[in-house]
Order: sequence, then C-alpha cells, then structure tokens
Amino acid sequence: MSGWRHPTLGTEIDRSEPRRAKVDWTPIDGFAGDTLASALLASGPRTIARSFKYHRPRGLYGFGAEEPNALFDVVRDGVTEPNARATLTPLEHGLLARAVNATPTAERDRHRWLDLLHQVIPAGFYYKTFMAGGWHLYEPRIRAMAGLGRLDPNTTPPAEVQTRHATCGTLIIGAGVAGLVAARKAVDAGEEVWLIEQSAHLGGALRWRGGVIDGALWWDFVEDTRARVLASGGKILTGTTAWGAFDHGLIAAHQAEAHLHWQIRPGRTILATGAVERPLWPAGNDRPGVMSAEAAHYYLTLYGAVAGRRIVLATGADSGYATAAALAQAGAVVTLADRRAETPDAPTGVRHLTNQRLQSVQGRRELFGVTLNDAFHSADTLLVSGGWTPSVHLHCQAGGKLDWDAGKDALVPRAGTSHMEVVGAANGAFGLGAALVEAGVTSADTTDWHWHPVRPYPEQRGRIWIDLQNDVTLKDVKLAAREGFTSVEHLKRYTTLGMATDQGRTANFTGLAAMADATDRTIPETGTTTFRPPVQPLALTVLGGRRRGDLFNPPKRLALEELHRTAGAQFREYGGWLRPSAYGEEERDAALSEAQAARDNVAIYDASPLGKLEVIGPGAPALLDFAFYNRLSTLEPGRARYAFLLQESGIVFDDGVVLRPAEDRFIVSASSAHVDAVRFILEDPRQDRFDPSQVAIHDVTQAYTTLTVTGPRAQDLLRAAGIATDIPHMGLEEVTLDGFPLRIARISFTGDRSFELSVPLPKGPALHARLESARTKLNGHWIGLEAVMILRAEKGYILVGKDTDGLTMPQDLGWGGPRDRREDDYLGRASLRTEAANAPDRRQLVGLRVDGEALPVGAHLVPLEGPRRSLGFVTSSHDSPALGRPIALALLEGGAARIGQSVGVFQDGIVQTATVTAPCAFDPEGERL
Amino acid sequence: MQRFPCPFCGPRAETEFHFAVEAGHPRPDGAPSDADWAAYLYDVDAPKGPAREMWLHVTCGTYFLMTRDTQTREILGAEDLG
Repeated sequence: MSGWRHPTLGTEIDRSEPRRAKVDWTPIDGFAGDTLASALLASGPRTIARSFKYHRPRGLYGFGAEEPNALFDVVRDGVTEPNARATLTPLEHGLLARAVNATPTAERDRHRWLDLLHQVIPAGFYYKTFMAGGWHLYEPRIRAMAGLGRLDPNTTPPAEVQTRHATCGTLIIGAGVAGLVAARKAVDAGEEVWLIEQSAHLGGALRWRGGVIDGALWWDFVEDTRARVLASGGKILTGTTAWGAFDHGLIAAHQAEAHLHWQIRPGRTILATGAVERPLWPAGNDRPGVMSAEAAHYYLTLYGAVAGRRIVLATGADSGYATAAALAQAGAVVTLADRRAETPDAPTGVRHLTNQRLQSVQGRRELFGVTLNDAFHSADTLLVSGGWTPSVHLHCQAGGKLDWDAGKDALVPRAGTSHMEVVGAANGAFGLGAALVEAGVTSADTTDWHWHPVRPYPEQRGRIWIDLQNDVTLKDVKLAAREGFTSVEHLKRYTTLGMATDQGRTANFTGLAAMADATDRTIPETGTTTFRPPVQPLALTVLGGRRRGDLFNPPKRLALEELHRTAGAQFREYGGWLRPSAYGEEERDAALSEAQAARDNVAIYDASPLGKLEVIGPGAPALLDFAFYNRLSTLEPGRARYAFLLQESGIVFDDGVVLRPAEDRFIVSASSAHVDAVRFILEDPRQDRFDPSQVAIHDVTQAYTTLTVTGPRAQDLLRAAGIATDIPHMGLEEVTLDGFPLRIARISFTGDRSFELSVPLPKGPALHARLESARTKLNGHWIGLEAVMILRAEKGYILVGKDTDGLTMPQDLGWGGPRDRREDDYLGRASLRTEAANAPDRRQLVGLRVDGEALPVGAHLVPLEGPRRSLGFVTSSHDSPALGRPIALALLEGGAARIGQSVGVFQDGIVQTATVTAPCAFDPEGERL
Repeated sequence: MQRFPCPFCGPRAETEFHFAVEAGHPRPDGAPSDADWAAYLYDVDAPKGPAREMWLHVTCGTYFLMTRDTQTREILGAEDLG
C-alpha cells in the first residue's frame, strides 16, 4: 500500500464528485475524471493483475496505450469488455472490473505456484514438451490456464458504431506541442486542419509538464490553437484513436464516445504521435511498484495520485529531472539516481546520485528497496526512465522506413518514405525545447532531452523482464538466439515478444537491442518487426459497424412482399432475393400440393427477380450474336428464344430467354442471381469490341413487377382477369391495360402453358389485384419457389450453377447445335472446339429414375460393376406429385450414351440402382406448352 | 483502401471496381490454334511494378484501361476505351 492521493493536486479530477467502482469485488474510490488506473494508484493496492504465463504479481506501469499490466475485464451496463486497459478506462459508478488471468483475485491468484517452475518453462516450453500424443490433448487445459481476459458468452456488444467518410486538407494526428504547432502553421497557410487526439484533452505532455511556447503559457497556447483551428473551418476530434493508415492516404480513426468510425482522406497527413518512455532492466524489474517515471509525473499532475512515499527514480535521461522535482514538491522522499556522470543540476529537495547503475529490485509483492552500485537503498517505489522510443506505427503502416540514429539512440522515420510528415518526439525531437526548435518556434526552453543509452546488462544475475505483458525475459531472448530464431519476426513468434494489447510499446526496442547484442549485430542489421493495423486493440464491433443481423447482407425485396405475406407465404432467400418459398405452414407439403395444383389447374408466382436487361439500338443484334451461344439476330420481332451465355472458356455461365419486342430492342432474361454479372459480360464487348454509340444496355430488373400465370387453365385465368391474348408459344406482345403498359410473354419455366406478365413497378398491385380476383374464381393457387423448382425439374429445365458445374459446356446439356452450325465468332467458340470439349467421357445432363425415396442431391454416381469411381453426381432431386415418383437430374460421364442403362447411386456407404433417362420426365413432347 | 480513377466518375473507392483482365492480350478471333487460345485464356504476366490492366467500374459500368504500380500502388494513368 504505497500510492496515495495528494490533497490538492489533480487538474483532471473533480473532488466534489466521488465515484466508486469495484475491482476484484473490492470497492475503489475516486473522483469524476479519474481513470481506473489513477484511482487504483491513489487507493494504494499494488498487485492489481497477474502475468500472462507465470502468474507473477503485477502493478500499474504506464499511463496510456503502452500499459502492459493493468488489464481488466470490465463490466459496464451489463456488457463485458475483455482486456480493457485500466489506463484508458474512465472511473464510473457501478463499474465492475476483474483482473485478467487471475482466480479468484489478482491478490490471491490460485496459479501463482506456476512461477516456481520458471526455470523449466522458458519460451517454447509448451510446444516442445506437449508433443506425445498430439498437442490437442493438452491444449484445452493449458489454454484455460494461460491467456488474459475472458469473454462473456452472454454479452452481445451493441452494434452502434457508424462509419463516417470524410476528406480534409491537413490531418494532424496527435495534439501535443508538435501537433499543435503544426496545426497553427497549417492554419496560417490557409489550410483546413483536422486534429485527432487520443486523449480527451489537447496539449499532450504540456498538460503534466507545463511549459512556455512562443512567450505564452501552455494553456493559452493550447486554447489559442484550438480557436484558430475551429475558426479556419477545421475539426478537432478528441478521444479519437487513429488506428490505421491504409493505401492512398486513407486514415481510419475510432471516436469512441460518439460511436463513430472515421475514414478520412486528407490532402496531407502530419504525424505527431510522440514517444513512449523506455524502461530500465534491473533484475526483478516486473515487481509491483516499478513504474515508468513519465507515468508517475502524469498521475501526479493530472490526478493527484502519487506513486509512492519513498521513491527512487533511476534514469539516464534529462526527462526525469522535472519528474523528480514535482514528486519531491508533492511531499515524497525522492532519490534521483542518474546513470551518467555529467548531469543537469539536481532539483531542489531531491537526493541526487550520479554514475549509478541500477542492478536489482528487492521485494516480493511489495517493493522494499533497490540496489544501485551494489548498495541497497530502501524505497517503496522505483521509477524508471531509460530514454524514449518514437511512436511510428502509422508512418510504418503507410510504408515508411526507419533509420537508426545513434545520436538519438532511436529508430526514427526516414523522411519521404511514407506519405506522412512526422514531427516532434515521433520524429526524434524529444522534449519541449527540441520539438519547438524542430518546428522553428523560438522558445526560452531550448533544452533537448539527452540520455545515456542504456541496455539490459548481460551479466546481471536474476530475471530481467523484457516484455511484461507476455512474460518474456532476457533469458528467453537469448534462448531464441541460441536456437536460431535470430530474425526479429521469428523472435516475436517464438517468444510472443511484442504481441497483445500493448503491441510491445515498452518491449520491442529492448527485445531488438537484446537480440542485436546476443547475435553481435547492430540494431539496424537486426531490423524491426512489421507494423500492422490496428495501432491499438480495436473492438470488432467498430469494424463491423451496423452490418449485423438484417443489415449484414440485406436481401432484395419484392414490391409485393406484403401481399404475399397476407396470402400466407413463407419467405427464403434465393440468389440475393427474399422470395416466397411456399404458401402454407409446412413448406414441403405446401410445395407438393402447389406443384400438383399448377399441373391440374392454374397457378401464379412472382417472377419479378428474373433479370431484365434491355439491349437497345441498331448494334444490338450484332452484340448479342457475339455474346450469346445461340444466334439472336435471326429472332423475329415479337418472338422469344432460349439462349446460353458462355464464358470464353466455353463453360455455361447463364441461360435464359431473350425477347425481341422490336427490331432494335431485345430483353435478356438473365437468371436472377446473375443479372449483374451478365450485364458486365455484355458491357465488355459493347465497349471494347463494338461501337458503343450503336447499342446500349440498361438493367431494368427492378423497375418491373413480373407475375407468371402457369397451368392448363392459364389462358382462362387471363381471360377472367380481362387480359385477352392469343400469342403463340415463345411469342410476346406489349399491350395497354387500364392505361398502363403490360408485356405478355408466353414463356414456360414449368412445362405448362405460362404467361409472364410484366408491368412497371407502381402498377404491380393493380396487376396483382386483377389476377387475384380471377384466381379466386378459378380456384387457382399462388405457388412458391419450391413448387416451381419441382415443376422445372420434372421438365428437365436446368438451373445454371445447380445442374451445371464449372466444366459444363452447352453440348453437355443437349445443345450442340450452334457449336456445329455457327460459322461466325462468339464468346467461348474456340473453347468448344478443343480436344477436351469433344471428349466422349464428358459429364452430360441426364435424368434418373428410381422407386421409393427421392435421391439425395450431391450423391455420386458409380459403376454397378468393377472398381468404384465417381461418374458424376445428382444435381436436383424432388418428389414429383405429377408422376407419383421421385425424379432427379444428374451430371453423368458419357450420360447421353447411357440412357436406358442402370447406374449406381452411392450414399453413406450404400449403393442403390437408378435408371438413366432423358432429362425431361414430364410431357417430353411438349404438348402442354 | 485505394482510390481508382474512373474516366467517367472520377476517383472512387476500390471496392466499386472489378479487375477485368490484363491489357495487351488481344483476343485471337476466328479459329486460333489450341496453343494460342490457351495462351489467351490463361497466360498472364502479373508484373511487379507498372501494370496495364482493364478494370470495370461496377457502379457506372465503364470498362477502362488503368496503369498502376502493383508494388507501390501508385496510379499511373487511366484511359477511356472510347
């Protein structure tokens, strides 16, 4: 119990508004404005988490996204957020937090004995050890013990994040001093500036370190900059994390409180994301009570949360001096131990030691002292500051490279390698003075932050932690080097160094330096791991946004959907359309009786999704002749023709009826799921082969309602509906009905006489009303898609993609005519003349006849004698009410020549016999059409 | 997310586009040999660096010729077929 709350300090907290949360069932008190981390620090408990692998006690280390230890499963309003970083979680009333990786509490974790085994479980131990019998035998128990937070299976996080697209002139990421100065410059140059800041406030380190800029106190400077940006028409997004930089300058940012996911395309981007403080590496450096010095400064000024009472601040850098002074002034006993001999002057009230090497930390759960130069110093808190690592994630995500700057002891962005301009500490200008000098602003504070490069000391005895979040020690890095995992990418995967929520912000550089040391290479030779989005953990609900449930992939809806529902229709999705599957409770029974009624009497179904591509103009016949397998220029106006569309590989892509209402106008009825693709297949030659001014293609699929009347009494129903027509089979006419245009096409997909009636969408209900009253008079039926599927399969009509596969050519479906006769060129023609296209063992469409049960779709056809192999498979199978037996369609090797023969149907180890027939099982002469 | 320049609509998000085919492989019309036809169907250069490709802007239906660097993702040009 060492942290405490200063009675007056704390610029962020409102002492008149207390807040109470529960952490591991213990109440934690704080104030409005506190984060969970600051409240915990001020309340005193030290062991607030358990480590990933060894279940070591861990305390608060940092203050931002770099926090490796203080992770909690946080329950707020009944929704659990796993692995929330306490440093970024506001303290709220009623908030429940549970330490990750600990049972029952972080203080009394049941698995703490694991640390005793640390000698025998180094990196790679589990994968090397649990091999016998297979890793999967051990995996469940090991996984249950390892890992961090727990998902609550009952939690469905709200899908409320909306995506917002934006453009702006200049985007500045990071509103510390470097970002703010850059913003002022851009505003002065007349640019529209957007400013993104991850925390709730502008100012960055100025907020806790203070400073004078251009003669103004920092808060005046911040407020003046804010006003200038807003006055210039810019925007300031606080509480917003820029999490990814993508191609062509796209920046993705999450504004958490507003539930907005921004996709911003700036004219230019300036990166001012600052730097993260590096730790130091005494033995036992993971003890609760070891903290980043900058974090202690931050918590002190903003929250009045003081890290300890007797503090040793170990550093090799100038940045810690102001921290030591602030802590001493707040009332702590501070010893400042500098690695260097030449140092700035000692701050008042601070015990100053120079030339100090930090060797080890003493304590188990509570820290009681540190060893410097072989001398013990009593302390309850150790603050460490080993220099700074620029935060260059976004620069690197955008393709940027890094250069090793030995003078700055850091990898800094190489200018010009990404589209971003990097400024401030992210660019290696550490400290207020350096940032201002870099920006060309005069300042009284011209001190650069110098430091003595410090590295883990190889001969130091004891355990030295490189990555606190993943429990990676210096020994593990050396082991990886010994075993040949010397590339940093291999090191990362072998030891998990740099993974998880903190993405190695405090660990990567150390790991890299340790690997360089272990392999006698320089840091640039060792390289860095690849930076990938997201910069910080991002909830999947942010990426998913509102694309969930009905909005995940919304189907197209029929204009008459409500009328069908009133008639008792059940709906299912077919090729992207929500369509009636059957009218009745029991879909299968309803489909069978609907199919029967359609054969016996008359039926109507909604065929609106059927594609309707208008191909218009004097060039239309030539275009369609080239695009289609069947010649369409010879089609008489007022007639329709069934045709195939092939890919250049000769494979059937789609089939459908093409109508020719007039000399220069065709309507291509593409399959409803293929309309878009067919349109683009036609557009390609239109634009790239023919004269596009002579022919146009217009997709009017969704501009019409099409209702199809089918059955022996179809014509009677039309007559009862007041629609008189005597067009022949495959004929069409366009008439006027009650002042609206009506297209009647006598085309059949069912094998019975059928009329497709198409009207402009607004007239659909009127057509529906006419047909409905006639249907009632004739005792007809509405039928769903399931019944239509039975009818078309009885007739041997195919569905492309169901009764064909990626090898099916038109001749395999019995349509060899155009291939043999057409001399002109068309899509796929050369492919139909290859050896493969003429092979005798091609799979061809046939029907199958069995008694008893309908065959399972997908069952393979096999020879009845000899070695078993697949000859093809069942593609469609139904019970046929009209025939009183099951019917099936199949693709069968050399099928046309096998008609009349028997073939085996293999399913679940059993082979039954079926008779091969022609595809058409019902009315083969077509007398009913 | 890349932005491609549709000659008709201007710069749009890459999700609105479909790759059609690599440019520079004209269709052998008439009765090509099997080898020529197979080359037309299946041989692609897939260059690393500048590439000339046919793309379709799905939203407006325009096919166009785009030159882009497959390595740097830089767009080097877009031409209407007209």
